Amino acid sequence: MLKIEGLSVSYGDRRVLHNVSLEVNSGEVLALIGPNGAGKSSLVRAVSGVVPVESGHIHNGDLSCHYDLLTLTSMQRARCLAVVPQAASMPPAFTVWETVMMGRTPHLNFLGQVSAKDEAIARQALQKVDALELSERRVGELSGGEQQRVLLARALTQSTPILLLDEPTSNLDLHYQVGFMETVRTLAHQDKLAVLVALHDLNIAARYADRVALLVDGEIIAAGTPQQVLTPELISTAYHLPVQVIPHPFANVPLVLPGNK
Amino acid sequence: MKIRPYLYTLIFLVVAVVLSIAIGSVVIPPLDLGRILMGWLDRAAFPEPLKTFAFILTGIRLPRSALVLLTGAALGGSGAAYQGLFRNPLADPYLIGVASGAGLGAVLAMSINWPYSFWGLLAVPVAAFIGALLTVFLVYTLARVGKVVPTTNLILAGVAFGSFATAVTTYLMLRSTGELHRAIAWLNGGSSQAGWEPVLAMLPFLAIGLGILMLSGHALNLLQFGDDQAQQMGLPVTRARALILVAASLATAAAVSFSGIIGFIGLIVPHVIRLWFGADYRRLLPLSIIGGAGALLLADVIARSVISPQELPVGIVTALVGAPFFLWVLRRAKNQGYW
Repeated sequence: MLKIEGLSVSYGDRRVLHNVSLEVNSGEVLALIGPNGAGKSSLVRAVSGVVPVESGHIHNGDLSCHYDLLTLTSMQRARCLAVVPQAASMPPAFTVWETVMMGRTPHLNFLGQVSAKDEAIARQALQKVDALELSERRVGELSGGEQQRVLLARALTQSTPILLLDEPTSNLDLHYQVGFMETVRTLAHQDKLAVLVALHDLNIAARYADRVALLVDGEIIAAGTPQQVLTPELISTAYHLPVQVIPHPFANVPLVLPGNK
Repeated sequence: MKIRPYLYTLIFLVVAVVLSIAIGSVVIPPLDLGRILMGWLDRAAFPEPLKTFAFILTGIRLPRSALVLLTGAALGGSGAAYQGLFRNPLADPYLIGVASGAGLGAVLAMSINWPYSFWGLLAVPVAAFIGALLTVFLVYTLARVGKVVPTTNLILAGVAFGSFATAVTTYLMLRSTGELHRAIAWLNGGSSQAGWEPVLAMLPFLAIGLGILMLSGHALNLLQFGDDQAQQMGLPVTRARALILVAASLATAAAVSFSGIIGFIGLIVPHVIRLWFGADYRRLLPLSIIGGAGALLLADVIARSVISPQELPVGIVTALVGAPFFLWVLRRAKNQGYW
């Protein structure tokens, strides 16, 4: 599991996260939703160490990773949690295999020498995201959807109990969004990963997340099942927009329909 | 590990070395070349007809070729490292101004202790190193927009600062009462210093600089994904960047101190290697070092041959070939963003 406790982040004078605490159980996908600027990305970036935090702890329940975010080294962090960024900027000249092997970094020395075991783990990860046949292709030749799967495979190669995803579907076609989120959910359930995914599409969140947390102005307003969080009251207040919530016609989840401003 | 790329570049280097010691104002036939080298290694006495050749070879050509080889290695390696650090295919020690900055440092040191002594030999590369580091920080800071360094900004800042540094360097040299001729030849990358002394003086700087770079391939691979992702994959980004920057600047400074300012080797060689053998920096760095050595040796052979018995500064040869290449890369980078 992933437990975030007392996370506060400021950019200069502007406080973007106030004492946020959040729990993601193993084997569950938690979608972090909220309007633009609410701090979704900041939360993922702070936990993953690319923006400085004021205070905060993370741990994974069994104390094998229990760290103060202020003193955590990048190596310790990378053994504990892996991040799937947006596929926006990938160096095009590496092959898929080279890219995925780099996920082993936290388990390698400075030279990055790999063993047969590391290669087996990378191959497995590529299989799990259904991208093994892309191995020899260059990343620059891939479609956005394929690139995103490669990044997921790279994160899996880190062999961490925790996975963070920062709006992974925002550059993808509908077809790829659905495929990608299905893969993520299956992985979380099968491999007992704790998955925290920042999403801006509420219906994707409702459909693929086990639980949803609503972040507004740097604070968690509500957390629970999609039915509990995606209510007309909570969503219209958070997004300053009247919304209707109806039952999904064939999945047992809510469907959010925006109204007129 | 794939052997073939190393094999090809090593063969290229060996061919370049042989050409470099055989060709000059006097051409030494290959058979005699072999005999003299064997004799030199055995420390045997040479038969009378070979004595002139032997003197030319061991006293003049070998040390010169060694110096050129080391310089090329330094430029190829540091070029590859700068390209990786800035994530920019046009970074080259010359184009980003580092070579000129190192040159300014070197000339400042020389102007204090112009006819060089042992301490002079040591002070010059140290001053060049400081000049190189200051230049990198300055150019990088000037060119940076947020977290990215756009190509045009990097080259503009580099060229602007490079011109400034070269102007100051020229002023200092014209004012100095020393050997002007040598200074100007030095500035354009003429390997006019003779003997083994500069080779030995350069060696420790290079060993440290290129040694670190050879071990930095994995870190540079990670940095290609940007600092954020590199950190998320477990790389201590700030430390790794600083280490690679210092190592590349050390290598550049060593090259500039003993062979002057030579452009474009650090641009062309890593580029061609990347085209042929892929983008993996664990392979790219050592191959660029070997390839850089070979390429500069060839350029030096050309520089010595075209207006023989006079010599062109080798920097002119590399610029003649390199500037068109630079323009080609610029166009390519613009068209495909693929390097």
